[in-house]
Amino acid sequence: MGEIRLMKGNEAIAEAAIRAGCDAYFGYPITPQSEVLEYLMAEKPHERTGMVVLQAESEVAAINMVYGAACTGKKVMTSSSSPGISLMQEGISYIAGAELPCLIVNVVRGGPGLGTIQPSQADYFQATKGGGHGDYRLIVLAPSSVQEMADFVKLAFDLAFKYRNPAMILSDGVIGQMMEKIELFEPIPRVNEFDQSWVTTGKTPDRQRNIITSLNLDPYLQEEHNHHLQEKYARMRREDVRYEAIACDDADYLFVAYGSSARICQKAVQLARKKGIKAGLLRPITLFPFPEKILGDLSQSVKGMLAVEMSAGQMVEDVRLAVNGKIPVEHFGRFGGVVHSPEEVLEALEEKIVKPVV
Amino acid sequence: MNLEEIIREENIVYRRTPLLTDKALSYCPGCGHGTTHRLIMEVIEEMGIQSDVIGIAPVGCSVLAYEFMDIDMIEAAHGRAPAVATGIKRTWPGKYVFTYQGDGDLAAIGTSETIHCCNRGENITIIFINNGIYGMTGGQMAPTTIPGMKSSTSPFGRDTAMMGYPLKITELIAQLPGTYYVSRQSVHTPASVRKAKKAIRKAFENQKLNKGVSFVEVVSNCNSGWKMTPVQANKWLEENMLAYFPPGDLKVDGQLVEQGKTS
Amino acid sequence: MTEEIIIAGFGGQGVLSMGKILAYSGIMQNMEVSWMPSYGPEMRGGTANVTVILSDERISSPILNVYDTAIILNQQSLDKFEPKVKPGGLLLFDNNGITRYPVRKDIQVCVIEATAEAVRMGSGRVFNMMVLGGFLKLKPVLEIENVLKGLQKSLPPRHHHLIPMNEQAIRRGMELVKPFTVAS
Repeated sequence: MGEIRLMKGNEAIAEAAIRAGCDAYFGYPITPQSEVLEYLMAEKPHERTGMVVLQAESEVAAINMVYGAACTGKKVMTSSSSPGISLMQEGISYIAGAELPCLIVNVVRGGPGLGTIQPSQADYFQATKGGGHGDYRLIVLAPSSVQEMADFVKLAFDLAFKYRNPAMILSDGVIGQMMEKIELFEPIPRVNEFDQSWVTTGKTPDRQRNIITSLNLDPYLQEEHNHHLQEKYARMRREDVRYEAIACDDADYLFVAYGSSARICQKAVQLARKKGIKAGLLRPITLFPFPEKILGDLSQSVKGMLAVEMSAGQMVEDVRLAVNGKIPVEHFGRFGGVVHSPEEVLEALEEKIVKPVV
Repeated sequence: MNLEEIIREENIVYRRTPLLTDKALSYCPGCGHGTTHRLIMEVIEEMGIQSDVIGIAPVGCSVLAYEFMDIDMIEAAHGRAPAVATGIKRTWPGKYVFTYQGDGDLAAIGTSETIHCCNRGENITIIFINNGIYGMTGGQMAPTTIPGMKSSTSPFGRDTAMMGYPLKITELIAQLPGTYYVSRQSVHTPASVRKAKKAIRKAFENQKLNKGVSFVEVVSNCNSGWKMTPVQANKWLEENMLAYFPPGDLKVDGQLVEQGKTS
Repeated sequence: MTEEIIIAGFGGQGVLSMGKILAYSGIMQNMEVSWMPSYGPEMRGGTANVTVILSDERISSPILNVYDTAIILNQQSLDKFEPKVKPGGLLLFDNNGITRYPVRKDIQVCVIEATAEAVRMGSGRVFNMMVLGGFLKLKPVLEIENVLKGLQKSLPPRHHHLIPMNEQAIRRGMELVKPFTVAS
């Protein structure tokens, strides 16, 4: 059994990074995720594992430091919150185009603009549909507990290196700021061997020079590169969809929710069942690749679905695509920094799904 | 005397460094980029550090620098090369890391990255090509376009009242405690090429000392953008660009050099 | 067993740290715990609250609308959270500065004069531990030795010499807490 601790989600990310053998973290403070950089600075990971931690002058610089280190095969990450992630989009597009592995953590707050520092899930589109310019996708993991904040750091790095693709942990102010009991995984040593087929660590006589670029002036070559990227995303859809099904087996109605909304819906499932409503919860863990197949399958057995997210309705579009019109799919969510309560969520299920369907 | 007899080791007075690839340079004939590429590759060859060098290309005319340099290279987003270099150098402190940036890249869109990288004292080399214009996009005004100078976005000459002043970023970063060596050079005459090479060599050698940024500005021409012949451009450079951006060392071994003094 | 608690008061009253000690103590008792603060730009003086859940099972929502227990340390929080105590639940409040008193009769209402006692003892720092003691007296969901272990965990080693004082305060709080009679 690993070490048990009481930790904030943001601290868990930081501790997990050290334990996952992360080589470097570059970041810039922003609420509600500043604890990541604060924890790392206080922990002196350089002394523990040799991990580099640096406070950059901006999110723009931070993501480009990530790009640089990632070019050399290092396990590298950054974290920020919504406005900061917007600033990083240029760099993320380059990283995706150049096919580099890295981890980006977004502890989402309410927007648009400077918005609020309170929790939100309104960056779903940005995270799952690309975010920056061009046709690209990130691997997007949505933790719903402090335990998963830690565990997904390791998982995200594994997936990022499996596909040579940036991975994102899409969290929010609730999961980032709350403390829970967690069991930390055993530390993994940092890697010292790098795949010389692509890394830019210096051209040795035994190999050709390696060039990392997202530029192809020839549009036909760029089209070919884009086909290659799309094949990679298709492989992610085949091999790495993750979700959790709670009380789905006999469910008449389904909540579909990720992250902190999934926790709230879990309570709403309990409240619903007490009232005699057979509700279940499908929790996407990977937001890209999205668990379309299971939702399609479940649409055969349930009468309606309610996508619950702290946004004006973003993931609900993917749920509707997955269900493809077979059953009603509605959205409920408080947003702009307001968190819905389990009671509100249950009431929405009754109003929007149970009553109209019956 | 036949050809074989002429091409003998003892007769060779000049050869192209093998660190430049066979790819024909895409730069306009007469442009200073090619010369500067050569100087950097010669320095890397002479220092024997090819297997430990990582170069970072900018956005601009030299966006394809990696096509011509036979070393591991990375193409950075516009202006971000110093941040990319920071990410590499911090995780590979034993490697030689350099950025190669134009004026728009380094002194306009990347000003923040440039200044903070210099101020942190990253132990890297920055080669800054200043030709006073955006060459690649077709001759628009740059942060270093000098007063009165015409460009496609200052067709009547740079009006400082409206467009502001040229940014002497080299003078600016020389003031920062994180820079160890700051020099301004040019490559428009054989003598200036020799001097520029010395400065570039020093800028790479300094990385062994771990004392901070070594920064070499190369004032260059852009005969296409300036709408001149190469010869006219070099003359105009000497008379106008160098008057505004005087060559010489600004900071050596961490110490500011008195104005007007050159090494 | 699941106990859903809200602790609310002014920033600086030790609201968050009381919650943290509860959460740590829960871990010492092998329970699942969650601690969800209201967070914002106010560091001191503004309102602060924290939701603490102790449970034998996996915890669902860390954010709640109704609570088994509300521990209330100022008037604003009393106004806000009294209606959110589940019927049959517990409302424990410190009466310092309270002018509008609890009115509900379907819940257990108790008062603790912890602020006054802390002033008498000349130690404001353990005020929140007295309140915690009062809560544990009314709802013994945690063993006192686990609370002491939780204190040890949540305090940095340089403050460990304060643990006996904290223990005293917890025990004093257990004596101080008393039922509050809601006016009819």
